[in-house]
Amino acid sequence: MIRRQDAGWWLLILPAFLLMTAFYVAPIAQVLAISFTEPTPGLGNYERLFTSDSVQRVIITTLRICLITTALSLLLGYVLSYRIALSSPSAQRWWILAVLVPLWISVLVRAFAWVTLLRRQGLVNETLMATGVITEPLALVWNEFGIIVGMVHYMVPYAVLPMLASMREIDPRLLAAARGLGASRFTIFGRIFLPLSLPGLLAAGLLVFIFSLGFYITPALLGGGRTLMVAEWIGLQILDLLRWGLGTMMATMLVVAILTTLAVFARVVDLRRIFGGGA
Amino acid sequence: MSGATGHALAIERLSKRYGSFTAVADVSLAVGQGEFLTLLGPSGSGKTTILMCIAGFVAPSEGAIRLDGRDITALPPERRDFGMVFQGYALFPHMTVAENVAFPLRVRKLGAAEREAKVRAALDLVQLSAFGDRLPRQLSGGQQQRVALARALVFEPALLLLDEPLSALDKKLRAELQDELKALHRRIGRTFVNVTHDQEEALSLSDRVAILNHGKLIQQGAPAELYERPATRFVADFLGKSNFLHGTVREVFAGGFAIGAGSTRVVTAAADSPPLGSQVLLSLRPEKMALLAEGETAENSVTGIIESWSYLGAGYALNVAVPDFGTLRITLSTWNAPIAPREGLALRLGWSAAASVPVLDDAP
Repeated sequence: MIRRQDAGWWLLILPAFLLMTAFYVAPIAQVLAISFTEPTPGLGNYERLFTSDSVQRVIITTLRICLITTALSLLLGYVLSYRIALSSPSAQRWWILAVLVPLWISVLVRAFAWVTLLRRQGLVNETLMATGVITEPLALVWNEFGIIVGMVHYMVPYAVLPMLASMREIDPRLLAAARGLGASRFTIFGRIFLPLSLPGLLAAGLLVFIFSLGFYITPALLGGGRTLMVAEWIGLQILDLLRWGLGTMMATMLVVAILTTLAVFARVVDLRRIFGGGA
Repeated sequence: MSGATGHALAIERLSKRYGSFTAVADVSLAVGQGEFLTLLGPSGSGKTTILMCIAGFVAPSEGAIRLDGRDITALPPERRDFGMVFQGYALFPHMTVAENVAFPLRVRKLGAAEREAKVRAALDLVQLSAFGDRLPRQLSGGQQQRVALARALVFEPALLLLDEPLSALDKKLRAELQDELKALHRRIGRTFVNVTHDQEEALSLSDRVAILNHGKLIQQGAPAELYERPATRFVADFLGKSNFLHGTVREVFAGGFAIGAGSTRVVTAAADSPPLGSQVLLSLRPEKMALLAEGETAENSVTGIIESWSYLGAGYALNVAVPDFGTLRITLSTWNAPIAPREGLALRLGWSAAASVPVLDDAP
């Protein structure tokens, strides 16, 4: 009796399971397969990781941009979350709205907005030239700087949300108690607030770093084709150069990199707790 | 930690308003050196606000707070050097017990050796020496409470402030920790200011109790003084249980007066008497009445009928309907009780003039 009931429940998730297998697992498996078979069967594509300068350059550029983006997003996000966490409940609602609104605006629109602000005849360069701070326009876009500006802008809300959640869990009485015991504001922050908000900080770092690794639109538009990150490079290999083997190899490496990052973090912190599962 | 002397605290005409709401209205209190003062009142009585003003977390709207005569009203909490045990203890969850206790010493930049010695002494004081390496969440409620105490005392504060320190514990543990807290106070001789809504805790712990209601100080004094001679109906009712007798002053004599209600006359002992004909209220504790045997007399006596009764182990509680005063509650020891209570039983109650205390009727 119980068995039949169980089977019934399992049937309910069958459509979702089939959908996942057909449209998610199967393509990834195929990507993996292609990376070992095109153009010739073997490990030829993976050998390029060690021999090709351009492959290595793309990987290093991507890692560098991701690390800088993550660090800046965490810094800005932490300051923002701290400010929000310590404000009154009604002010908190407005702050959170202000953080979320950019999230709802298309990433394409935001990337183009940055282009108009940062290009040679853009608002920033024009203003600086008009006030005489600089004589030649600065190269603010179509390079790494532009990519990082656009990516940090995109990532800050994703950094704020987990950090704010973990800061809001901190009992304000702990801060009052530390003060009553004689601690200065700096000590309270360093010894009480920061350690207690660390899980949120780690979660935000993980989220932003993984998002950044595979980011496509913003680097493509703000990099102007000159600075290539992994996602754009994969697109280039497959769509323009028709080098399927190389493209899928890099895609596989991207998946591996994300899984490795998750695995490393899982050793350090309880992921289920960070992302709100279990409890 | 022994041998240190306590400090004296004075609260002068303290008021705190939040917009149009007055949390504390013109309260003056003095806490002597080494004294254990309890601020007692129902929730919303302003007792916690007063404690937060003493600690420095709340800035008073008016009035001053002095420590040994020095005005500390404007001093921020981190520079007051007061130990505080918060409601719920506020132990740092990411630090071990020893680290929690060491925190105030670390902040004061004490050397490692001295710090360790003091932490050990403080943990000894609360009998938690074996628990230094545990995290707060691995301890029971009573143990957490003791860690909070050790943390608040380790830096030899001028004053120890306690915000409902026992309210989160179950009844039995509460009684145990009450005794410990009292013994601790005796042992270290510091000045303690405690806030509670639990009247038993206030009576058993304190040298002096200040009773607050709606932000006003109603009465202060030694526990026995407050219990035996409550000044107002609120005090008599909040501190223990009380019967209230309404009546008109009929006679005034040396050392007391008599009231009348209907055909009943009740005498009371009082230093000064209200004018003849005025309305007064007397408080009469349930345990201060006795059953009178046939022919026995007392300064006051009434006859009544048991309306209902309950058995409480150590005592009986009887609700006795008497003419002119409605229902009186009386408690009798069950051991060697002169009667076996049953509903409808007629009996005579007697009490002395001193047992019925005139109180101010401050009921809303």
